[in-house]
Amino acid sequence: MTDAAIVVSNLRVVRGGAVVLPGLSLEIARGRVTGLLGPSGCGKTTLMRAIVGVQIVAGGTISVLGEPAGSRQLRSRVGYVTQAPSVYGDLTVRENLGYFGRILRAGPGAVDRAIETVGLAGFGDRRVGNLSGGQLARVSLATALLNEPEVLVLDEPTVGLDPVLRRDLWKTFRVLASGGATLLVSSHVMDEAERCDELVLMREGRALATGTPAELLQRTGAPSIEGAFLSLIDSAAEATR
Amino acid sequence: MNANNTAATAIRVLGQLRRDPRTIALLLLVPVVLEVLMKLVFYHQDRVFQRVGVPLLGIFPLTSMFLVTSITMLRERTSGTLERLMTMPVGKLDLLLGYGLGFASLAVVQGVIVSLVAFGVLDLQVAGPKWAVVALAALNATLGTAMGLFVSAFATTEFQAVQFMPMFLFPQMLLCGLIAPRDQMMRGLELLSDVLPMTYAYDALVRVSADGALERKLVLDVVILFGAALLALGLGAATLRRRTG
Ligand SMILES: Nc1ncnc2c1ncn2[C@@H]1O[C@H](COP(=O)(O)OP(=O)(O)O)[C@@H](O)[C@H]1O
Ligand SMILES: [Mg+2]
Repeated sequence: MTDAAIVVSNLRVVRGGAVVLPGLSLEIARGRVTGLLGPSGCGKTTLMRAIVGVQIVAGGTISVLGEPAGSRQLRSRVGYVTQAPSVYGDLTVRENLGYFGRILRAGPGAVDRAIETVGLAGFGDRRVGNLSGGQLARVSLATALLNEPEVLVLDEPTVGLDPVLRRDLWKTFRVLASGGATLLVSSHVMDEAERCDELVLMREGRALATGTPAELLQRTGAPSIEGAFLSLIDSAAEATR
Repeated sequence: MNANNTAATAIRVLGQLRRDPRTIALLLLVPVVLEVLMKLVFYHQDRVFQRVGVPLLGIFPLTSMFLVTSITMLRERTSGTLERLMTMPVGKLDLLLGYGLGFASLAVVQGVIVSLVAFGVLDLQVAGPKWAVVALAALNATLGTAMGLFVSAFATTEFQAVQFMPMFLFPQMLLCGLIAPRDQMMRGLELLSDVLPMTYAYDALVRVSADGALERKLVLDVVILFGAALLALGLGAATLRRRTG
Protein backbone atom coordinates (compact mmCIF):
# COMPACT_ATOMS: atom_id res chain seq x y z
CA MET A 1 0.00 0.00 0.00
CA THR A 2 1.72 3.14 -1.20
CA ASP A 3 -1.32 5.11 -0.13
CA ALA A 4 -0.53 4.97 3.57
CA ALA A 5 0.55 8.18 5.27
CA ILE A 6 1.42 6.32 8.46
CA VAL A 7 2.76 2.80 8.66
CA VAL A 8 3.07 1.21 12.08
CA SER A 9 4.71 -2.18 12.30
CA ASN A 10 5.20 -4.36 15.34
CA LEU A 11 5.04 -1.35 17.62
CA ARG A 12 5.79 -2.29 21.20
CA VAL A 13 5.42 0.23 24.02
CA VAL A 14 5.95 -0.34 27.71
CA ARG A 15 4.76 2.32 30.16
CA GLY A 16 5.38 2.22 33.88
CA GLY A 17 6.47 -1.42 33.63
CA ALA A 18 3.27 -2.52 31.89
CA VAL A 19 3.03 -3.49 28.24
CA VAL A 20 0.61 -1.05 26.67
CA LEU A 21 1.12 -1.91 23.00
CA PRO A 22 2.38 -5.50 22.64
CA GLY A 23 3.12 -5.39 18.90
CA LEU A 24 0.77 -3.21 16.92
CA SER A 25 0.74 -3.05 13.14
CA LEU A 26 -1.54 -0.84 11.08
CA GLU A 27 -1.63 1.63 8.23
CA ILE A 28 -3.38 4.97 8.08
CA ALA A 29 -4.58 5.98 4.63
CA ARG A 30 -3.44 9.25 3.12
CA GLY A 31 -5.98 12.01 2.63
CA ARG A 32 -8.67 10.31 4.70
CA VAL A 33 -10.21 10.71 8.13
CA THR A 34 -9.36 7.64 10.21
CA GLY A 35 -11.11 7.12 13.51
CA LEU A 36 -9.15 5.40 16.24
CA LEU A 37 -11.85 3.95 18.45
CA GLY A 38 -11.56 2.00 21.63
CA PRO A 39 -12.35 2.10 25.31
CA SER A 40 -10.48 4.34 27.69
CA GLY A 41 -7.09 2.89 28.57
CA CYS A 42 -6.74 0.74 25.43
CA GLY A 43 -3.68 2.66 24.27
CA LYS A 44 -4.99 5.30 21.84
CA THR A 45 -3.04 8.15 23.36
CA THR A 46 0.07 6.00 23.61
CA LEU A 47 -0.15 5.11 19.91
CA MET A 48 -0.65 8.76 18.95
CA ARG A 49 2.28 9.86 21.09
CA ALA A 50 4.42 7.27 19.33
CA ILE A 51 3.27 8.53 15.93
CA VAL A 52 4.19 12.12 16.72
CA GLY A 53 7.49 10.99 18.23
CA VAL A 54 7.17 11.88 21.91
CA GLN A 55 6.72 8.34 23.24
CA ILE A 56 9.65 6.08 24.11
CA VAL A 57 9.08 2.89 22.20
CA ALA A 58 10.48 -0.53 23.07
CA GLY A 59 10.35 -1.98 19.57
CA GLY A 60 8.93 -1.85 16.08
CA THR A 61 8.93 0.96 13.55
CA ILE A 62 6.65 3.82 12.56
CA SER A 63 7.00 5.76 9.38
CA VAL A 64 5.09 8.96 8.77
CA LEU A 65 5.07 10.42 5.24
CA GLY A 66 7.98 8.10 4.51
CA GLU A 67 10.14 9.39 7.38
CA PRO A 68 10.76 7.72 10.73
CA ALA A 69 8.26 9.03 13.30
CA GLY A 70 9.59 11.93 15.31
CA SER A 71 12.28 12.93 12.83
CA ARG A 72 13.15 16.57 12.52
CA GLN A 73 11.69 16.99 9.01
CA LEU A 74 8.29 15.90 10.28
CA ARG A 75 8.00 18.52 12.99
CA SER A 76 6.38 21.08 10.74
CA ARG A 77 4.44 18.53 8.68
CA VAL A 78 2.64 16.76 11.51
CA GLY A 79 0.22 18.49 13.87
CA TYR A 80 -0.69 17.00 17.22
CA VAL A 81 -3.48 17.91 19.61
CA THR A 82 -3.05 16.33 23.01
CA GLN A 83 -6.03 14.86 24.85
CA ALA A 84 -5.82 17.44 27.66
CA PRO A 85 -5.79 20.94 26.17
CA SER A 86 -2.18 22.09 26.17
CA VAL A 87 -2.23 25.85 25.96
CA TYR A 88 -1.10 28.69 28.21
CA GLY A 89 -3.95 29.58 30.55
CA ASP A 90 -2.53 32.98 31.41
CA LEU A 91 -2.39 34.16 27.79
CA THR A 92 -5.23 35.19 25.50
CA VAL A 93 -6.41 32.98 22.65
CA ARG A 94 -4.61 35.19 20.15
CA GLU A 95 -1.38 35.28 22.17
CA ASN A 96 -1.37 31.50 22.44
CA LEU A 97 -1.88 31.03 18.73
CA GLY A 98 0.56 33.82 17.95
CA TYR A 99 3.30 32.06 19.88
CA PHE A 100 2.75 28.63 18.37
CA GLY A 101 2.31 30.29 14.98
CA ARG A 102 5.75 31.85 15.20
CA ILE A 103 7.28 28.51 16.15
CA LEU A 104 5.46 26.82 13.26
CA ARG A 105 6.30 29.64 10.82
CA ALA A 106 2.60 30.04 10.05
CA GLY A 107 1.79 32.61 7.41
CA PRO A 108 0.09 35.96 8.07
CA GLY A 109 -3.59 35.65 8.81
CA ALA A 110 -3.17 32.07 10.01
CA VAL A 111 -4.14 32.96 13.57
CA ASP A 112 -7.42 34.60 12.55
CA ARG A 113 -8.25 31.76 10.17
CA ALA A 114 -7.63 29.14 12.84
CA ILE A 115 -9.76 31.05 15.37
CA GLU A 116 -12.53 31.26 12.80
CA THR A 117 -12.28 27.56 11.94
CA VAL A 118 -12.78 26.39 15.51
CA GLY A 119 -15.66 28.81 16.04
CA LEU A 120 -13.95 31.13 18.48
CA ALA A 121 -14.30 34.36 16.51
CA GLY A 122 -14.91 37.09 19.07
CA PHE A 123 -12.96 35.23 21.74
CA GLY A 124 -9.52 36.16 20.45
CA ASP A 125 -8.73 38.54 23.27
CA ARG A 126 -10.13 36.37 26.06
CA ARG A 127 -7.77 34.80 28.52
CA VAL A 128 -7.61 31.08 27.85
CA GLY A 129 -7.76 30.26 31.54
CA ASN A 130 -11.21 31.83 31.75
CA LEU A 131 -12.70 29.78 28.91
CA SER A 132 -14.93 26.75 29.29
CA GLY A 133 -13.55 23.24 28.83
CA GLY A 134 -14.92 22.99 25.30
CA GLN A 135 -13.55 26.37 24.29
CA LEU A 136 -10.20 25.40 25.74
CA ALA A 137 -10.17 22.22 23.66
CA ARG A 138 -10.86 24.31 20.58
CA VAL A 139 -7.97 26.69 21.26
CA SER A 140 -5.77 23.63 21.56
CA LEU A 141 -7.15 22.32 18.27
CA ALA A 142 -6.69 25.68 16.53
CA THR A 143 -2.98 25.52 17.39
CA ALA A 144 -2.57 22.45 15.22
CA LEU A 145 -4.34 24.09 12.27
CA LEU A 146 -2.02 27.10 12.10
CA ASN A 147 0.47 25.75 9.59
CA GLU A 148 -1.91 23.42 7.74
CA PRO A 149 0.09 20.24 8.41
CA GLU A 150 -0.10 17.25 6.07
CA VAL A 151 -0.87 14.89 8.94
CA LEU A 152 -3.10 15.81 11.87
CA VAL A 153 -3.16 13.61 14.96
CA LEU A 154 -6.09 14.60 17.16
CA ASP A 155 -6.59 12.92 20.52
CA GLU A 156 -10.29 12.98 21.46
CA PRO A 157 -10.80 16.47 20.01
CA THR A 158 -14.59 16.49 20.25
CA VAL A 159 -15.13 14.97 23.69
CA GLY A 160 -17.42 17.07 25.83
CA LEU A 161 -18.36 19.49 23.07
CA ASP A 162 -21.82 20.68 22.22
CA PRO A 163 -23.40 18.52 19.44
CA VAL A 164 -23.67 21.42 17.00
CA LEU A 165 -20.04 22.23 17.48
CA ARG A 166 -19.06 18.58 17.14
CA ARG A 167 -20.86 18.43 13.83
CA ASP A 168 -19.09 21.59 12.68
CA LEU A 169 -15.70 20.28 13.69
CA TRP A 170 -16.25 17.03 11.85
CA LYS A 171 -17.14 19.13 8.81
CA THR A 172 -13.85 20.92 9.27
CA PHE A 173 -11.97 17.62 9.47
CA ARG A 174 -13.65 16.59 6.24
CA VAL A 175 -12.65 19.84 4.53
CA LEU A 176 -9.06 19.36 5.66
CA ALA A 177 -9.05 15.78 4.36
CA SER A 178 -10.49 16.81 1.01
CA GLY A 179 -7.65 19.31 0.82
CA GLY A 180 -5.27 16.33 1.01
CA ALA A 181 -4.54 16.16 4.74
CA THR A 182 -4.44 12.88 6.61
CA LEU A 183 -6.38 12.89 9.87
CA LEU A 184 -6.15 10.42 12.70
CA VAL A 185 -8.86 11.16 15.25
CA SER A 186 -9.33 9.16 18.42
CA SER A 187 -12.50 8.74 20.40
CA HIS A 188 -13.79 6.47 23.11
CA VAL A 189 -17.37 7.04 22.07
CA MET A 190 -18.51 4.85 19.21
CA ASP A 191 -21.12 7.27 17.89
CA GLU A 192 -18.44 9.24 16.07
CA ALA A 193 -17.54 6.20 13.99
CA GLU A 194 -19.96 6.94 11.18
CA ARG A 195 -18.29 10.28 10.53
CA CYS A 196 -14.97 8.61 9.65
CA ASP A 197 -13.77 7.28 6.30
CA GLU A 198 -11.77 4.52 7.93
CA LEU A 199 -11.86 2.97 11.37
CA VAL A 200 -9.35 1.27 13.58
CA LEU A 201 -11.05 -0.56 16.44
CA MET A 202 -8.65 -0.95 19.28
CA ARG A 203 -8.74 -2.93 22.51
CA GLU A 204 -6.06 -3.69 25.07
CA GLY A 205 -3.27 -2.43 22.85
CA ARG A 206 -4.31 -4.42 19.78
CA ALA A 207 -6.12 -3.47 16.60
CA LEU A 208 -9.24 -5.65 16.56
CA ALA A 209 -10.22 -4.62 13.07
CA THR A 210 -9.67 -1.96 10.44
CA GLY A 211 -11.80 -0.90 7.51
CA THR A 212 -14.51 1.50 6.46
CA PRO A 213 -17.56 1.70 8.73
CA ALA A 214 -19.66 -0.07 6.07
CA GLU A 215 -17.13 -2.90 5.74
CA LEU A 216 -17.04 -3.44 9.48
CA LEU A 217 -20.82 -3.55 9.71
CA GLN A 218 -21.03 -5.95 6.82
CA ARG A 219 -18.26 -8.20 8.09
CA THR A 220 -19.82 -8.56 11.52
CA GLY A 221 -23.47 -8.32 10.55
CA ALA A 222 -23.95 -5.93 13.45
CA PRO A 223 -26.41 -3.03 13.27
CA SER A 224 -23.99 -0.48 14.71
CA ILE A 225 -20.28 0.05 15.16
CA GLU A 226 -20.73 -0.59 18.87
CA GLY A 227 -22.33 -3.93 17.95
CA ALA A 228 -19.54 -4.65 15.50
CA PHE A 229 -17.02 -3.94 18.23
CA LEU A 230 -18.70 -6.38 20.63
CA SER A 231 -18.99 -9.07 18.01
CA LEU A 232 -15.31 -8.67 17.12
CA ILE A 233 -14.38 -9.05 20.80
CA ASP A 234 -16.50 -12.18 21.03
CA SER A 235 -15.00 -13.78 17.96
CA ALA A 236 -11.49 -12.84 19.11
CA ALA A 237 -12.23 -14.53 22.45
CA GLU A 238 -13.51 -17.61 20.64
CA ALA A 239 -10.45 -17.78 18.44
CA THR A 240 -8.16 -17.90 21.43
CA ARG A 241 -10.25 -20.52 23.20
CA MET B 1 19.80 27.37 17.64
CA ASN B 2 17.22 29.67 16.23
CA ALA B 3 16.77 33.33 17.11
CA ASN B 4 13.14 33.43 16.00
CA ASN B 5 12.17 30.65 18.40
CA THR B 6 14.20 32.10 21.25
CA ALA B 7 12.71 35.56 20.81
CA ALA B 8 9.18 34.19 20.47
CA THR B 9 9.64 32.22 23.69
CA ALA B 10 11.09 35.18 25.59
CA ILE B 11 8.16 37.36 24.50
CA ARG B 12 5.68 34.66 25.44
CA VAL B 13 7.20 34.18 28.89
CA LEU B 14 7.12 37.94 29.53
CA GLY B 15 3.52 38.01 28.28
CA GLN B 16 2.62 35.35 30.83
CA LEU B 17 4.28 37.33 33.59
CA ARG B 18 2.54 40.52 32.49
CA ARG B 19 -0.78 38.80 33.15
CA ASP B 20 0.34 38.21 36.71
CA PRO B 21 1.11 41.71 38.04
CA ARG B 22 1.26 40.48 41.59
CA THR B 23 4.17 38.18 40.78
CA ILE B 24 5.95 41.03 39.02
CA ALA B 25 5.36 43.29 42.03
CA LEU B 26 6.69 40.61 44.37
CA LEU B 27 9.72 39.99 42.17
CA LEU B 28 10.57 43.67 42.07
CA LEU B 29 9.67 44.62 45.62
CA VAL B 30 10.73 41.69 47.81
CA PRO B 31 14.47 42.31 47.33
CA VAL B 32 13.89 45.98 48.17
CA VAL B 33 11.94 45.12 51.31
CA LEU B 34 14.63 42.67 52.42
CA GLU B 35 17.38 45.18 51.80
CA VAL B 36 15.47 47.77 53.87
CA LEU B 37 15.04 45.18 56.60
CA MET B 38 18.79 44.53 56.62
CA LYS B 39 19.37 48.25 57.02
CA LEU B 40 17.01 48.37 60.01
CA VAL B 41 18.36 45.19 61.60
CA PHE B 42 21.87 46.63 61.56
CA TYR B 43 20.78 50.20 62.15
CA HIS B 44 23.17 50.61 65.07
CA GLN B 45 25.95 48.57 63.44
CA ASP B 46 26.27 50.29 60.08
CA ARG B 47 29.63 48.57 59.47
CA VAL B 48 27.83 45.22 59.25
CA PHE B 49 25.21 46.62 56.89
CA GLN B 50 27.93 48.09 54.71
CA ARG B 51 29.64 44.66 54.61
CA VAL B 52 26.64 42.46 53.78
CA GLY B 53 24.42 44.99 52.00
CA VAL B 54 26.14 44.78 48.64
CA PRO B 55 26.45 40.97 48.44
CA LEU B 56 22.78 40.67 49.32
CA LEU B 57 21.94 42.94 46.36
CA GLY B 58 23.04 40.01 44.22
CA ILE B 59 21.82 37.12 46.32
CA PHE B 60 18.19 38.22 46.76
CA PRO B 61 17.49 38.50 43.01
CA LEU B 62 19.23 35.18 42.40
CA THR B 63 16.93 33.50 44.91
CA SER B 64 13.66 34.99 43.69
CA MET B 65 14.40 34.30 40.01
CA PHE B 66 15.41 30.74 40.88
CA LEU B 67 12.02 30.14 42.47
CA VAL B 68 9.90 31.78 39.80
CA THR B 69 11.60 30.07 36.88
CA SER B 70 11.64 26.62 38.42
CA ILE B 71 7.88 26.83 38.96
CA THR B 72 7.19 28.31 35.51
CA MET B 73 9.21 25.57 33.81
CA LEU B 74 7.55 22.90 35.90
CA ARG B 75 4.17 24.21 34.74
CA GLU B 76 5.34 24.00 31.16
CA ARG B 77 6.20 20.35 31.74
CA THR B 78 3.02 19.40 33.56
CA SER B 79 0.54 21.39 31.45
CA GLY B 80 1.33 19.44 28.29
CA THR B 81 2.57 22.52 26.45
CA LEU B 82 6.13 21.18 26.59
CA GLU B 83 5.01 17.89 25.04
CA ARG B 84 3.29 19.84 22.29
CA LEU B 85 6.36 22.03 21.70
CA MET B 86 8.50 18.90 21.47
CA THR B 87 6.49 17.87 18.40
CA MET B 88 7.16 21.25 16.80
CA PRO B 89 10.20 22.65 15.00
CA VAL B 90 11.81 24.17 18.09
CA GLY B 91 15.10 23.25 19.74
CA LYS B 92 15.33 22.50 23.42
CA LEU B 93 18.05 25.11 23.89
CA ASP B 94 15.92 27.67 22.00
CA LEU B 95 13.23 27.24 24.63
CA LEU B 96 15.58 27.52 27.57
CA LEU B 97 17.41 30.50 26.10
CA GLY B 98 14.03 32.12 25.53
CA TYR B 99 13.17 31.59 29.17
CA GLY B 100 16.58 32.83 30.24
CA LEU B 101 16.29 35.94 28.08
CA GLY B 102 12.77 36.74 29.23
CA PHE B 103 13.53 36.45 32.91
CA ALA B 104 16.94 38.09 32.56
CA SER B 105 15.33 41.22 31.14
CA LEU B 106 13.13 41.36 34.21
CA ALA B 107 16.19 40.67 36.33
CA VAL B 108 17.83 43.82 35.00
CA VAL B 109 14.84 45.88 36.12
CA GLN B 110 14.93 44.13 39.48
CA GLY B 111 18.65 44.83 39.89
CA VAL B 112 18.25 48.49 38.97
CA ILE B 113 15.39 49.06 41.41
CA VAL B 114 16.98 47.39 44.42
CA SER B 115 20.29 49.13 43.73
CA LEU B 116 18.65 52.54 43.34
CA VAL B 117 16.98 52.13 46.72
CA ALA B 118 20.12 50.78 48.39
CA PHE B 119 22.36 53.57 47.12
CA GLY B 120 19.84 56.39 47.08
CA VAL B 121 17.84 55.78 50.23
CA LEU B 122 19.69 53.31 52.43
CA ASP B 123 23.04 55.05 52.05
CA LEU B 124 24.90 51.91 51.03
CA GLN B 125 28.49 52.74 50.12
CA VAL B 126 30.63 51.12 47.45
CA ALA B 127 34.21 51.85 46.57
CA GLY B 128 33.76 50.64 42.99
CA PRO B 129 31.35 51.84 40.30
CA LYS B 130 27.67 51.49 41.13
CA TRP B 131 26.80 50.27 37.65
CA ALA B 132 29.01 47.25 38.29
CA VAL B 133 26.84 46.35 41.28
CA VAL B 134 23.68 46.66 39.17
CA ALA B 135 25.24 44.56 36.42
CA LEU B 136 26.30 41.90 38.93
CA ALA B 137 22.82 41.85 40.47
CA ALA B 138 21.33 41.25 37.03
CA LEU B 139 23.93 38.60 36.22
CA ASN B 140 23.15 36.82 39.47
CA ALA B 141 19.44 36.90 38.74
CA THR B 142 20.20 35.39 35.35
CA LEU B 143 22.24 32.68 37.03
CA GLY B 144 19.29 32.05 39.36
CA THR B 145 17.05 31.74 36.30
CA ALA B 146 19.36 29.21 34.67
CA MET B 147 19.67 27.14 37.84
CA GLY B 148 15.91 27.25 38.36
CA LEU B 149 15.35 25.94 34.83
CA PHE B 150 17.78 23.13 35.47
CA VAL B 151 16.46 21.93 38.82
CA SER B 152 12.85 22.04 37.69
CA ALA B 153 13.68 18.85 35.79
CA PHE B 154 13.93 17.03 39.10
CA ALA B 155 10.58 18.17 40.44
CA THR B 156 7.29 16.59 39.50
CA THR B 157 5.12 18.83 41.69
CA GLU B 158 5.22 22.46 42.76
CA PHE B 159 5.66 21.34 46.38
CA GLN B 160 8.90 19.66 45.37
CA ALA B 161 10.00 22.62 43.29
CA VAL B 162 9.74 25.09 46.17
CA GLN B 163 11.79 22.72 48.37
CA PHE B 164 14.67 23.00 45.92
CA MET B 165 15.19 26.58 47.00
CA PRO B 166 16.33 25.70 50.54
CA MET B 167 18.01 22.59 49.21
CA PHE B 168 20.11 24.19 46.45
CA LEU B 169 20.46 27.77 47.59
CA PHE B 170 20.64 27.80 51.40
CA PRO B 171 23.84 25.72 51.53
CA GLN B 172 25.36 28.05 48.96
CA MET B 173 24.43 31.06 51.09
CA LEU B 174 26.03 29.46 54.14
CA LEU B 175 29.20 28.56 52.30
CA CYS B 176 29.73 31.54 49.99
CA GLY B 177 31.58 33.61 52.59
CA LEU B 178 28.68 35.75 53.71
CA ILE B 179 28.26 34.02 57.09
CA ALA B 180 31.89 33.13 57.74
CA PRO B 181 35.08 33.78 55.79
CA ARG B 182 35.72 30.77 53.57
CA ASP B 183 39.37 30.40 54.58
CA GLN B 184 38.30 29.92 58.19
CA MET B 185 35.90 27.08 57.34
CA MET B 186 36.74 23.40 57.54
CA ARG B 187 38.94 22.48 54.60
CA GLY B 188 36.29 20.19 53.10
CA LEU B 189 33.67 22.94 53.18
CA GLU B 190 36.06 25.44 51.67
CA LEU B 191 36.74 23.06 48.79
CA LEU B 192 33.03 22.50 48.38
CA SER B 193 32.42 26.25 48.27
CA ASP B 194 34.98 26.47 45.44
CA VAL B 195 32.58 24.69 43.11
CA LEU B 196 29.40 26.52 44.14
CA PRO B 197 28.44 29.43 41.86
CA MET B 198 27.20 31.71 44.65
CA THR B 199 30.73 31.83 46.05
CA TYR B 200 31.79 33.76 42.95
CA ALA B 201 28.73 35.98 43.10
CA TYR B 202 29.62 36.92 46.66
CA ASP B 203 33.28 37.35 45.85
CA ALA B 204 32.56 39.64 42.90
CA LEU B 205 30.19 41.86 44.86
CA VAL B 206 32.61 42.13 47.78
CA ARG B 207 35.40 43.12 45.41
CA VAL B 208 33.32 45.88 43.86
CA SER B 209 32.20 47.19 47.24
CA ALA B 210 35.54 46.91 49.07
CA ASP B 211 38.49 47.87 46.89
CA GLY B 212 36.54 48.86 43.85
CA ALA B 213 39.26 48.18 41.31
CA LEU B 214 37.87 46.21 38.36
CA GLU B 215 40.83 43.87 38.44
CA ARG B 216 41.54 40.43 37.09
CA LYS B 217 40.03 38.41 39.94
CA LEU B 218 36.73 40.21 39.44
CA VAL B 219 36.79 39.52 35.73
CA LEU B 220 37.43 35.88 36.55
CA ASP B 221 34.41 35.84 38.89
CA VAL B 222 32.20 37.28 36.15
CA VAL B 223 33.47 34.74 33.63
CA ILE B 224 32.74 31.92 36.09
CA LEU B 225 29.24 33.25 36.76
CA PHE B 226 28.50 33.44 33.03
CA GLY B 227 29.93 29.98 32.58
CA ALA B 228 27.82 28.59 35.41
CA ALA B 229 24.67 30.14 33.90
CA LEU B 230 25.44 28.66 30.48
CA LEU B 231 26.29 25.30 32.03
CA ALA B 232 23.00 25.27 33.92
CA LEU B 233 21.11 26.11 30.71
CA GLY B 234 22.97 23.39 28.83
CA LEU B 235 22.25 20.84 31.55
CA GLY B 236 18.64 22.02 31.59
CA ALA B 237 18.39 21.43 27.84
CA ALA B 238 19.93 18.00 28.30
CA THR B 239 17.25 17.09 30.84
CA LEU B 240 14.45 18.04 28.43
CA ARG B 241 13.44 14.94 26.54
CA ARG B 242 11.54 14.89 23.30
CA ARG B 243 10.48 11.35 24.06
CA THR B 244 9.17 10.36 27.46
CA GLY B 245 7.72 7.18 28.91
N1 LIG C 1 2.46 8.13 31.95
C1 LIG C 1 2.10 6.84 32.07
N2 LIG C 1 2.84 5.98 32.80
C2 LIG C 1 2.49 4.69 32.93
N3 LIG C 1 1.42 4.16 32.36
C3 LIG C 1 0.62 4.96 31.64
C4 LIG C 1 0.92 6.34 31.45
N4 LIG C 1 -0.03 6.87 30.67
C5 LIG C 1 -0.89 5.88 30.39
N5 LIG C 1 -0.51 4.73 30.96
C6 LIG C 1 -1.20 3.45 30.84
O1 LIG C 1 -1.15 3.04 29.50
C7 LIG C 1 -2.38 2.43 29.13
C8 LIG C 1 -2.91 3.11 27.89
O2 LIG C 1 -3.17 4.45 28.18
P1 LIG C 1 -3.62 5.48 27.06
O3 LIG C 1 -2.73 5.32 25.89
O4 LIG C 1 -3.71 6.79 27.69
O5 LIG C 1 -5.08 4.93 26.71
P2 LIG C 1 -6.31 5.68 26.02
O6 LIG C 1 -5.78 6.93 25.39
O7 LIG C 1 -6.82 4.72 25.02
O8 LIG C 1 -7.29 5.97 27.08
C9 LIG C 1 -3.30 2.54 30.32
O9 LIG C 1 -3.31 1.30 30.98
C10 LIG C 1 -2.66 3.58 31.20
O10 LIG C 1 -2.88 3.30 32.54
MG1 LIG D 1 -6.32 8.84 25.73
